[in-house]
Amino acid sequence: MVGRRLTAGRVAITALVALAVLAAALPFVHVIALSLSSNSAILRGAVGLLPVEPTLKFYGEALGDITILRSLLVTIRVTVIYTVLALGMTIAGAYPLSKRRLAGRGFFLMLILITMYFSGGLIPQYLLVRSLGLLNTTWSLIFPILISAFNLIIMKTFFESVPAEMEDSAYIDGASEATTLLRIYLPLSKPVLATLALFYAVARWNTFQDALFYINEPKIYPLQMKLSFLVLNASARAIMEQERSQGIAEFVAEEGIKAATIMVATVPILLVYPWLQRYFIRGVMIGAIKG
Amino acid sequence: MNETTRAATAGRRAAPVRARLSVRLRRDWFLYALLALPIGYFLLFHYGPMYGVVVAFQDYNIFKGILEQDTWVGLEHFRTVFGMSYFRQVVRNTFVLNGLELVLGFPAPIILALMINELTSRRFKRAAQTTLYLPHFISWTIVGGLAVQMLATNTGLVNTALAAIGLGPIPFLTDKWAWLFSYTGIAIWKSAGWGTILYLAAMSNINVDLYDAAAIDGAGRWRQTWHVTLPEITPTIVILLILTVGRLIQIGLEQPYMLKNVLVAEFADVISIFVYNIGLRTAQFEIATAVGLFQSVVGMILLVAANTVIRRMRGRGIW
Repeated sequence: MVGRRLTAGRVAITALVALAVLAAALPFVHVIALSLSSNSAILRGAVGLLPVEPTLKFYGEALGDITILRSLLVTIRVTVIYTVLALGMTIAGAYPLSKRRLAGRGFFLMLILITMYFSGGLIPQYLLVRSLGLLNTTWSLIFPILISAFNLIIMKTFFESVPAEMEDSAYIDGASEATTLLRIYLPLSKPVLATLALFYAVARWNTFQDALFYINEPKIYPLQMKLSFLVLNASARAIMEQERSQGIAEFVAEEGIKAATIMVATVPILLVYPWLQRYFIRGVMIGAIKG
Repeated sequence: MNETTRAATAGRRAAPVRARLSVRLRRDWFLYALLALPIGYFLLFHYGPMYGVVVAFQDYNIFKGILEQDTWVGLEHFRTVFGMSYFRQVVRNTFVLNGLELVLGFPAPIILALMINELTSRRFKRAAQTTLYLPHFISWTIVGGLAVQMLATNTGLVNTALAAIGLGPIPFLTDKWAWLFSYTGIAIWKSAGWGTILYLAAMSNINVDLYDAAAIDGAGRWRQTWHVTLPEITPTIVILLILTVGRLIQIGLEQPYMLKNVLVAEFADVISIFVYNIGLRTAQFEIATAVGLFQSVVGMILLVAANTVIRRMRGRGIW
């Protein structure tokens, strides 16, 4: 591009973007610092962006709390089962719909696309889940959101990009449709499959609204649900404390555990984030073009 | 490929249009068998609840299944809903919060994308984008937790920092007026970075010749931005604007649920919270379903209206 002038403007823009980056990152830095600091440091309000009197005590306490550990295990189990099933169902929908020759293809596609813009609403969904007997089971966190129409379209678009000659030659070699899918299409789709697996896993990991609706058995609360109680309690206490304007040691002790639990729930996302970012962008672009 | 194989493969690919339907069904039985599962899923879990909307017109008997309901009451539940002052309050709050997010939040990713687009250091650009996208992937539970840790009146990092320079404290989360802007600010914090993606993609598709021509005409960077970049990304802006206006009455549950507290309930109770409270906690299914239907209808009207206005102004909208 042209024009290397306007250095003052350029510096200002760089500074503004740097400021936005700081604003995006600081809350994470602060919560990491809190989770690693000692009780008394948090109590003094001494913790800013670096841990003070570093200790792993709160992580021990968070994971030592049976209800938190149990919720973590529930979330891991549900996320794994959900991701596998969702991926399978997405392939089952995307592969046939990627074949232009399929009679009724347009109708089925329309049937699926409509669900991206129209829904029956929360209560009819709840009544359905209830009448299927899924309330208070972890399946209620899996079946109602089993396929994302958006992800299905991404998968279908990818299958369509596989050269038809590949299918032709498999057909000539006498491969059945199932073999063609398993031996040719799926191996070629590994990057997309990995991407969609991440989409599904992250969505499942982060959501708690359905748990709020469908589950009131503490033993199967997912982690985000458990965490939401910790956060809302802490927020309520912060208000009480403000009203009475006095520090409460007990409240602050819970701050540390809360921070550690937040980190436990965030670290898996941070670990997959480098891949997420790269593929999610591609996915959004496909969705934007096709949608 | 020679003619023979071409004819052979035509058996599976490139279906001859004239083939009879029964032949095509038999040939593609495997594809239909695969498709049956996802289609069944969409029918049950998406179209099922769409049918379930009939509850809004019924006297719902909790001892009967959704298909066995038989007491129709017409628009009675809608009259009840519109008569509730709590309902009018949550509709107002939904429009206020979404309106603030539209006015303050919609331009944010555009401005951010314009600035990122001007960055000359590739490495800084990448690092900035990586960090700015991150909040999008963090759950509302965690954002709620971060919000308290950053913004609480006595213990929050921001107020601690303000106190150090002799300012504040500002009751970000507990004063209802301040809360409106905290809520909006947090929403922007979470989504502005991610929102730049579509704009940056649109910008990277702009023909470089346009900038060269503008430069030859004597336009500096600012005027190039104003006369080239902005007009070129306007179609993207317009599509997203129409969609955002269409969603002004839709509001997720998790965000207000995690950010509200008792002191700000007057402004923080929105339609999704209403549906949760009325529908689930007090089991008035008909009322909550009627509200859901009301939301869909208003959303549709807003979408069509926004599209019509834009089409009058620019010659075309999203349809």
